Amino acid sequence: MEDSKDRMDHHADIEGTTIFDGKMAMKGYALNKMCFSFNDAAAREEYRADPEAYFDKFNLNEEQKEACRKKNVLDMIAAGGNVYYLAKFAGIYGLNMQDIGAQQTGMSLEEFREKLKKAGE
Amino acid sequence: MAKIIGGLTTSHIPAIGNAIATNKQDDPYWKSFFEGYPPVQEWLNRHKPDVAVVIYNDHGLNFFLDKMPTFAIGAAHEYHNADEGWGLPTLAPYQGDAPLSWHIIEQMVNDEFDITSCQEILVDHGFTVPMQLFWPDRGGDMPRVIPVSANTVQHPIPTIKRCLDFGKSLGRAIRSWPEDVKVVVLGTGGLSHQLDGKRAGHINKEFDLMCMEKIVTDPEELTRISRHELIRQAGSQGSEFIMWMMMRGALSEKVRKIHQNYSIPISNTGAGTMILENLD
Repeated sequence: MEDSKDRMDHHADIEGTTIFDGKMAMKGYALNKMCFSFNDAAAREEYRADPEAYFDKFNLNEEQKEACRKKNVLDMIAAGGNVYYLAKFAGIYGLNMQDIGAQQTGMSLEEFREKLKKAGE
Repeated sequence: MAKIIGGLTTSHIPAIGNAIATNKQDDPYWKSFFEGYPPVQEWLNRHKPDVAVVIYNDHGLNFFLDKMPTFAIGAAHEYHNADEGWGLPTLAPYQGDAPLSWHIIEQMVNDEFDITSCQEILVDHGFTVPMQLFWPDRGGDMPRVIPVSANTVQHPIPTIKRCLDFGKSLGRAIRSWPEDVKVVVLGTGGLSHQLDGKRAGHINKEFDLMCMEKIVTDPEELTRISRHELIRQAGSQGSEFIMWMMMRGALSEKVRKIHQNYSIPISNTGAGTMILENLD
């Protein structure tokens, strides 16, 4: 059997890690729903034409809107964003997972890649 | 009767799909990764499975948070890929095996696994990248497919023990199919990686190599790892290892490891490839 520590919630004490549980899924529902819509090319176009109107279409709250305006991934996660859906938002701005990794860790892209490389040594 | 010939594992990160789309297989960065695949392709060419059961997780192409099945099985004649939002080319559809899908669903529900059956399910990079790696030319030998999706997006995700047990039930269901078909089971995703948070870029080579060893020799031992511990060790998205455990459960108790490759880092990930051949 699993140990009693296995009750997962977003407060799980893993440094630098937010567990995307029911609480976060409720908190971030609108933001994630908007990002999910970006699977559709027409939706991406509609967003690009008027981001503010698109935020309102999906009922984003102010915290979520501000995180999106700043394209700040840590803030988007704090506002309930799930990284798989946020990846679609990032894609609109041509950002891939390494760009996002660098941003979240406060490193340059080169430093972030170096960190990954070191893990393999 | 249907026979499971073995299991394959591979990472399924979208950067691989991108490298394939732009023919970067021989780039210095990608070379050691792609070198892990010809042995698998040769093995497949020798055994020519009729059906591939592809265990993966959807990353927000088909499933949204409105309805998130813990385990879903495709039951369609054909599976379509689609735009995921960031520019991977959309691939041609994959031929399914609906009668075998429904047999598996019937048997597993009878075995008390509660399955979400999907007559329509879009398959994302988690499914297509392994298919591209294992059957790069999509020739006449490409098997029919049965997608099996596990939730790794939203907690609670299933426990490692449940995933191994799921695999055991899946294996029994496949082996009870009366037609003489050869089946290969794919466990995709992983290994260690974390995309989100201040710990983004976390990779754990030692833990990955331990998992690759134990999944051959003692998968039951791995069921003692809690989900909390899995994420602490392997990173938030390292939870994808549960799909390898589902694959392992479908194989015989003892298996022969034919091939193994481990490339680190590939994008943000420790990428593991294996062939495990069934011994019964």
